[in-house]
Amino acid sequence: MDISGFKPLSPCQWEMPATGAMRVPVVIFADETLLRAMDDKVREQAANVAALPGIIEASYAMPDAHWGYGFPIGGVAAFDPEEGGVVSAGGVGFDISCGVRCLHTGLQWDAVKAVQERLADRLFRRIPAGVGSTGELTLMPQAMDAMLAGGARWAVGLGYGDAADLERIEEGGQMAGAEPGRVSLHAKQRQRDEMGTLGSGNHYLEVQRVAEIHDEAIAAAFGLARGDAVVSIHCGSRGLGHQIGTEFLREMAVSAATHRIALPDRELACAPIDSEVGQRYLGAMRAAINCALANRQILTHLVREVFADVLPQARLPLIYDVSHNTCRVERHRVGRHMKHVYVHRKGATRAFGPGHPDIPAALREAGQPVFIGGSMGTASYVLAGTAQGMSLAYGSACHGAGRAMSRHEALRRWSGRGVVAELAARGILVRSPSLRGVAEEAPGAYKDVEAVVEAADRAGLARRVAKLEPLVCVKG
Amino acid sequence: MGVRGRGGTCAEAFEQAALALTAIVADPRQVHPLERVELACEAPDDELLLVDWLNAVIYEMDTRHVLFCRYRVSLACHRLRGEAWGESVDVRRHSPAVEPKGATYTALAVRREADGSWLAQCVVDV
Repeated sequence: MDISGFKPLSPCQWEMPATGAMRVPVVIFADETLLRAMDDKVREQAANVAALPGIIEASYAMPDAHWGYGFPIGGVAAFDPEEGGVVSAGGVGFDISCGVRCLHTGLQWDAVKAVQERLADRLFRRIPAGVGSTGELTLMPQAMDAMLAGGARWAVGLGYGDAADLERIEEGGQMAGAEPGRVSLHAKQRQRDEMGTLGSGNHYLEVQRVAEIHDEAIAAAFGLARGDAVVSIHCGSRGLGHQIGTEFLREMAVSAATHRIALPDRELACAPIDSEVGQRYLGAMRAAINCALANRQILTHLVREVFADVLPQARLPLIYDVSHNTCRVERHRVGRHMKHVYVHRKGATRAFGPGHPDIPAALREAGQPVFIGGSMGTASYVLAGTAQGMSLAYGSACHGAGRAMSRHEALRRWSGRGVVAELAARGILVRSPSLRGVAEEAPGAYKDVEAVVEAADRAGLARRVAKLEPLVCVKG
Repeated sequence: MGVRGRGGTCAEAFEQAALALTAIVADPRQVHPLERVELACEAPDDELLLVDWLNAVIYEMDTRHVLFCRYRVSLACHRLRGEAWGESVDVRRHSPAVEPKGATYTALAVRREADGSWLAQCVVDV
């Protein structure tokens, strides 16, 4: 990226002043190397977001920002309904409430290592993953609506997991304001037999070991110690979320002119928050958040079933569940006032600082846990929200490493069989129904997650707590 | 992932774009045309129509758990009638790599090229 338009506010915070149609500046959190390595499209897309009605303070981009559809992935933007603010389907993305949850096995990694092969095979057999996979549930219309209203709470009510899980999920496992009636029949049809499925692409289930602790006190509050074994699940709202994103993106793109919104890019499709379509989208999008929470809850139950069989001494309490494609109403300081604003995070994680009332009591003083996904062969990270982050970008942090090359290029460079063998030689067992999918997701196809995490830490967005390394990876 | 269809007519370009969509998931040559699905959509312009067409195909792939290897499209006044032939996903034979989430407006173009051929393209989120 050409960074000549940016001025450094700190070594990891850069500002591009508002010009032309921009209502607010662009602020990117990254060190100079990451910033220069970003695609020029990130600057262009963040500037386009800065021109949307009702945006406040700045159009932000996280250290892992890369070219998205309309909004950059890694983009954060808040809109004030009192200033004509908008809600954007493009600002949330197709995979609504895609996120990561992390479970502690209660075991040391050497206990897992002893049964690694068997555990990998059993998880692969039990977790529906990949194109065309279906779950055990088939949701009839009434059950579908109950799921869309109830989220993870609905799943727990059916026996998937424990009530104790709910307090470790954002929104208590149930997004308020969901309106199943706003979700189309097409979207519901896509989800009918996809509950409890992992999906494909960059989604995964990993058994990981805690390789490094960077902040002992916060790690202890999260229940993490070096050598522990944990399980991370990365997936979202499956076909239902994709369909809602598709439908509202189109409707908002077509209706923007009637709301006198000039879109520099159709992917920025948005509508005034108080408009009929805006409210309809919010109801549907919140239902999709519940779908994602329920999906990860069912997968958690399946993981526990496998561990109960292979490692019966494992307990698998949920550490936390975070989403990274959302729009939520939050109360933040804007200038001298506290206001309710609509915070869009697209490929960005909520990272509330210590003491925030939305963080579960047991974790509140440590800050909100943030999970940064790696790839099959690279580390993932646990971070914690900071007080400073609340004033930087509404308590937000990065979500992953981001791709460094296209799937085509990855397929040209690596074979699935080769990637599986190479990782096995490093002690990482990969199980996937698709070798082509494995090649496309080769660790080398992703950017350096370490640099992204370090930049987030140095910028003050979130504090680095622990590094996780994969032992088993189930890919779709 | 970008998909691009080229053809002697706009309809052929739409057919080829859909074939490229299949190729994101699996090798279309490994898919047998065992069942046929009819699709229809309409839009204010041809670019939106391309997105709608590809999204209609994605919907059928997702809900029927099928892959398509052959498409036929007819177009008139931004209205599309289409047919798609394919079969149920066979994980062993197709080794499907990734699920398309939705067709996007990124790099979206439907146009006649200088040589008279037609191009239809966009990026598909996976």
